[in-house]
This record gives sequence, C-alpha cells and structure tokens, in this order.
Amino acid sequence: MKVLMFGWEFPPKILGGLAVASYGITKGLSVQGDVETTFCLPKPTGEEEKFLKIIGMNQVPVVWRDVNYDYLKSRLPDYTSPEEYYSFRDHIYADFSYMHVNDLGCMEFAGGYPKNLHEEINNYSIIAGVVARRQEFDIIHAHDWLTYPAGVHAKMVSGKPLCIHVHATDFDRSRGQVNPTVYSIEKNGMDHADCIMCVSELTRQTVINQYHQDPRKCVAMHNAVYPLSQELQDIPRVEHPQEKVVTFLGRITMQKGPEYFVEAAALVLKRTRNIRFVMAGSGDKLEEMIHLAAERGIADRFHFPGFQRGKQVYEAYKNSDVFVMPSVSEPFGIAPLEAMQCGTPSIISKQSGCGEILTNVIKVDYWDINAMADAIYSICTNPSLFKYLQEEGIKEVDGITWEKVGLKHRAIYEELIRNNG
Amino acid sequence: MKTICLYFEIHQIIHLKRYRCFDIGRDHYYFDDYENERSITDIAERSYIPALTTLIQMAEANKGAFKVALSLSGVGLEQLEMYAPSVIELLHQLNDTGCCEFLCEPYSHGLSSLANEECFREDVERMRLKVKQMFGKTPKVFRNSSLIYSNEIGAMVADMGFKGILTEGAKHVLGWKSPHYLYHCAGNPNLKVLLRDFKLSDDISLRFNNSEWNEYPLFADKYIGWIADMPEEEQVINIFMELSALGIAQPLSSNILEFLRALPACAKEKGITFSTPSEVISKLKSVDQVDVPYPMSWVDEERDISCWLGNVMQREAFDKLYSVAERVHLCTDRRIKQDWSYMQASNNFRFMTTKNTGIQLNRGIYDSPFDAFTNYMNILGDFISRVNSLYPVDMDNEELNSLLTTIKNQGEEIVVLNKELEKLQEKLEKLQPKEEKKPAKKAAPKKEPAKKPAAKKTTKKAE
Repeated sequence: MKVLMFGWEFPPKILGGLAVASYGITKGLSVQGDVETTFCLPKPTGEEEKFLKIIGMNQVPVVWRDVNYDYLKSRLPDYTSPEEYYSFRDHIYADFSYMHVNDLGCMEFAGGYPKNLHEEINNYSIIAGVVARRQEFDIIHAHDWLTYPAGVHAKMVSGKPLCIHVHATDFDRSRGQVNPTVYSIEKNGMDHADCIMCVSELTRQTVINQYHQDPRKCVAMHNAVYPLSQELQDIPRVEHPQEKVVTFLGRITMQKGPEYFVEAAALVLKRTRNIRFVMAGSGDKLEEMIHLAAERGIADRFHFPGFQRGKQVYEAYKNSDVFVMPSVSEPFGIAPLEAMQCGTPSIISKQSGCGEILTNVIKVDYWDINAMADAIYSICTNPSLFKYLQEEGIKEVDGITWEKVGLKHRAIYEELIRNNG
Repeated sequence: MKTICLYFEIHQIIHLKRYRCFDIGRDHYYFDDYENERSITDIAERSYIPALTTLIQMAEANKGAFKVALSLSGVGLEQLEMYAPSVIELLHQLNDTGCCEFLCEPYSHGLSSLANEECFREDVERMRLKVKQMFGKTPKVFRNSSLIYSNEIGAMVADMGFKGILTEGAKHVLGWKSPHYLYHCAGNPNLKVLLRDFKLSDDISLRFNNSEWNEYPLFADKYIGWIADMPEEEQVINIFMELSALGIAQPLSSNILEFLRALPACAKEKGITFSTPSEVISKLKSVDQVDVPYPMSWVDEERDISCWLGNVMQREAFDKLYSVAERVHLCTDRRIKQDWSYMQASNNFRFMTTKNTGIQLNRGIYDSPFDAFTNYMNILGDFISRVNSLYPVDMDNEELNSLLTTIKNQGEEIVVLNKELEKLQEKLEKLQPKEEKKPAKKAAPKKEPAKKPAAKKTTKKAE
C-alpha cells in the first residue's frame, strides 16, 4: 500500500505536537512492512529519519527550467536525485511563471509558521498538484489544516481517497472566536475528505457539530507515545520528602487554562505550605500569571522557570510529584502521557482528549479549582495514591503505542480503498 | 426432605458529602443529608415496602409453612427510622407473624472483623442489643458484613455466643463439596455454618429480569423443580440476597414479587419446606467442618475481600481508619462514636475499587476511585485529628486506659463522698440548728480539694 502524506512538520525540527504525531503515525505504519509512505514537507532539513520517503516541496519545480545534470547535482540535497527532479518537471500542469520562483523553477519556503503563512499554504497546494501527478499512491493523508488544500488538490488530480487528520481545530485554539479564513480552509478540507480522523472523541464532536460533518466519516484516532529513550530513562527521579513539587508545563496561553492552576495553587497553599508550584513554559499570558500569583500572595511558593526544551522537559517531569494540565480545550494533549512515562501522576481537565484513553489519571473540570486543589493535596499527602497512580500509570501508558495506532490507520485505509474501487 | 432457607439483608450507607481538603479542621459534619433522604426513600418505595408487604402476605397466607430470615445493619436501620418509618412498621408486622427470624450483623456494616477484635465485638454487641430491643428476641445467628468469613472470624463469633453464621458457598473454599448441607466452623464445632447457594441466589437477584439469560423467563415451578431435582440427600438450600434485589436490581415490573409469592405453593407440591437459620441449625447435623484460612465474601467473581482492600489506596484508608480504633473504643464522645460507625461502612471502601468487573459500579457522587479516595481521606484526616485531640497522641493506649479508669473511679468516689458529706451536713444541721452557717462554710472548702486533683489530671492529659 502506498500512502501520500502531506504534513507541515516532521522531526528533528519540532515546533509543536504536530511533528511528534506525524512521526508516530508514519513510524507506526512503517513497522507493518508493506506500507510505503511518502511524506511531503515544505522545507526538510535533510536530517529526517530514512524509514520513509521525504519529498521537499521546495525542490519540486512548478516552472519549466532548462538545467543541466551536473548543476542540479550541486544544487539539490542528496535525498533528491536529479532524475527525480526531471520527472517532476515532466508533470508541470500549468503556467506558473508569474509566481516567484528560483533558478530551478521551485518555490522557496520559510518553514515553520511565518507571517505569510496563507501564501505558503497556497504555494504548497500548487506544488502538491505536481507531486500528485507524478507519484503513484493508493491513498492521500493530510495532517492539519495547513495541508488540507494540498490534500484536496491531490484528490482532484488523482481521484484517490482523501483522509484528513484533525490534530486541532480553530475552535480549540480560539475558544470559539474562529478566524474565518482558517475556518473556511478547514471546512473545505473536511467537506472533500472521505474520512476525517480526529485525535479524540472531543475533537470528533467539534468536527461534527461546528463543521457540520457526517458523523459516519468521522473517526476518533487517539495519539500514542514513544517509549522513553535510554538517555531520558536515565534521568533520576527526584524525591521530595519535605516539599512536594507540582508542575504545569506548556504554552502559557488561554487554551491551556493557566489561571486555573494558579487559583488552585492558592487554595492548596491556604491548607499547607509544604508544596511548591512550578509553571514552566512561555506564552502571552505569562505576565498576567506572574501578577496573579503575586496578587494571591503565593509568589514565594510559585515559580516561573521559563520555556523548557528537549531534555529539560523530562527533567521537569521527573522533578515533579504532580503534573497538572488544566486545558480549557485540548484536542489530545500528549504531555500527561509523557509525565506518566516519567512516573509522575497527572491531573488533567475533563476537556482534554487524552482523558478518553487514560484511566489512571485524575480528571477534573478545568474550571473546578476546588476539585483540582483537592486532587493536588491528596496526591501530595497520601503516599498510596501517589504510588498507585505512578505504578499503574506507567503500565497503562506503556500499552499506548504508535504500532497499534498504525494498525488502526491501515484498517481505515483498506476500507477507504475498497469503497473507492 | 429438603428445606429452603431464605434470607434477605437490609443495608444502606450514610452517604458522605463532598468534603474538600480546606474543610479539614473547620467542618466536622461529613454527611450528605439530602442524598441520604433521597436514596433511602427511593429504595423504600421501590423495594423495601412492596417486598416486605409481600413477605407479610406470604407468611399470613401459608400459615407457618413459609419462613424467612432478615437482618439489618445499624446504619441502615437508623436511616429507615429517620426517613422511612413505615418500613420499620412493616418489619414489626412481619415479626408479629412469627415466621421471621432476625439475625445479627455488625452495626456499621464495616470491615472491623478484619482489623480489630475489640471494635468488632463492640459493633456486634451494639446491634445485638438493638435487635433485642426492637424485635424482642436476642439473635442467635450472625451474618458478617457482605458475608465475610474466615476461621478467625468464626472463632470470634463463636466466642460471642452465636450458634450459627451465614456465609458464601464459594467454589474455591468448598471444592467438590456441596453447599446444600450444614457445616461447622473449623476449630469451633458449636458454630454452624450455612453456605449460600450462589447459583440459585443469583438467579433471582442478578439474572431474573435478564432476557438474554437462557433460562429467561424464570417461573416459580421451574425454580422449585431445580431444587426438587437435586440429589435426595441434600438437605438445605440457602438462598441469600439483599432485599433491594427485589425492586431495585430486578424491577418490580419483572413480576419478581409474583414469582416470590408463588414459591411456597410450588414448594409444598414437591414436599419442600421453608426454615429459618435457627431451625436449620437445631434440626440438622453438621456433616463436616469448613476450613477457610483466608477471608471470603459474597462479592464479585473472586468471592474475596479484594473489592474493599484490593489496591494500595484502599489499604491505606483502611489502615488509617483502624489506627484510631482503640482510641475510639476508649472514648465516650457520642458524636465520635456515631461518625465512627458511619465511616466504617464497607461501601466507602468499595467506592475506591479499581477492579474491572464488567459490571457497572454505582460510585455515588464520585466519578473515579481516586475521587472517592481523596474525599474519604479528607474526612478521615479531620476525624483522626478530632480523635487525637481527645487525648494526648504520644500516650500509650494502655496507659491511657488505666488513667481513664482511675479518673472514672475517682469520679465515682467523689460522688460517693459528696453524698456522705451531704448526709453529714444534714445531720449537723439537725444537731446544731442555731450554728448552721459556720459548719456549712467549713464543709464547702472541703468539697473542692477533693475534686480538684482529679480535674487537674484530666486537663493536664488533655493538653
């Protein structure tokens, strides 16, 4: 089976959860042995893992240029051969010479999420037309709204079934105040899709109710986690016999509900002073949170270490007795799973998609600061609860693997192909 | 000749209210009165009242041929007294028919039999007295909370003077043996053991209304037919269940009461009688001992105690609760005693179970075992600090006990002395009517020094 996948991010360049999920899904598919995945990335770094074929969209020509073999050899990175370039060049389908292209007839991408994002999305979908005409594939899979236009385009060209993957919707990002342009792109992609994979039942309901999609083509496809690497496993867990540490880790934005964490902390600190609270991360609400902590008179027990990257994230997990994710709306939320891998009990909001597949976590409503404070206090003061959540949590999260997710993908692909034929 | 021993249990817990960690030390009332009233009246209306009415009618219609046994937990009884007195009235009516035997169980429906012997005895004695007061007869037969039983529990119960005990006919204990005989406790041949036939009991309490069950619909003649078809030597068929099975677990619309009503007539046709546990014990001879080294119960597939003490949280809560058992036993504070029996109820531990039994467990206000644990531990935290503030924590329980006895004795002594003093004073007044004021004054200061040392002692210890 051949899958043509469109994505915006892929490791090693990680900007958000999307890259991790894209990696997991493709890896989960690749272990099956007979699934060939081609992943289209706007601007690859060249350091991506080689278990799948990467197409750099910035090396696919859209305007015919006469370039000789040796020059190409020197211009292209080693994962794109000149033969491939020529073959792409044979499939240019329209005159795009009015566009801004380079000496190879390709369009440049800034990568990531630049100011002219909408323009890049459009360019990406133009190139997708070339790719779809040249590649051979059985199914199209597009990740998140940035690549929906490309997926729709490829479907138009090839007539192959389109599967789109909703990692988040604009409703989650904006608490309902959607951006009309983004909404229209999302809606258009969903309307054309043969199957909509949502990262949780919560997201599925949003897709059905806010985007008016047929429930029959929406499926919940929960994410998974990769086992910790040896390096991360070797980070020692820090025990705090005297003072417990409670951690919030993530972007400090409206979506993540940081204010509820501060309020809950204030309540807990009224009861006991033996707990420290850490709010790691950065975001537009950081200053507001610092003010709030000061206002509540808990600044001496409340710390803001700033943005954590790479290994620091896992050090923070392992240095915590409780991890809290009070997100107001979280399509999936991989962080609690990572915290559980590190042996840290988690408290998550009921509005988090990952709660649907986790039982050994404490779930509270994001606004219910009393319940949240109570849960924090309980884990910090009752060793048996800590121990139970820690041990059972590790066991549970070990059973949530991308391999299983890959198998579910495959089943859906096969059904789509059957129905398409 | 075969006999059926039919037994129903009445128990409802006092629900705990939502109690946050901030309430610890501030709020000493732990119970959800609204929920208690709502649930007990609901269950009384849908189950207890119609079921008991049917039992009374059956007893009257069959003129002594129909017998039944009942037991109540103390906490359940308290709730009925408070919110559903009509159920109590029906119980009295049933008692008046003379066809019903009341058994004894721990007042709190708790797990004290697994934790603390003194506490268990106190719990049982309290209920035994209550049953005697209400129904006029001291119960002779015992059933532990959720039929928990082991050799050790058997020994305690035998020592308390009970003639028999009801428990589960668990496969893992009986092996090839049949539950349809009378057994006795290993090591205490005077305590007879009646074993529940879980298949026949569950046919009524679990499966009666299940249309997917291959025996559905179950009729009384078919049911009695099963019993009649058993080997001739089998003597007693023990059918035990909660009374709420009639009406709550199996809705009244399933005609379960009509089924029950038809049982005596069908049984009579086949020559099967009904007996109360006491009758079974006096009529039949024990065939063998039943050896139960580890506790068993009538709950879940495993028939053990794992649904209350299966995970670390449940064990911590259990250990913490019974860590103050001795102190509570020593004290005389009525509110503490009352809270103590409400908090012991095994249901509180059941809410914390993480076992996946496939059957939906109603956790009440809690949405997860962690939530149940947190709430319970908060309440327990407050309760323990209240118990600890009664007497100094660093004092040995034995030492405390002897001091309390001393104080009590001194108190009694003071009372006696005071009386003597009054008598003497009166005498004095009669002898010296003119100089009455002077000796009275003298007597007064004498009174105080006698009291003071005792009072000082108590205050000192309390600090």
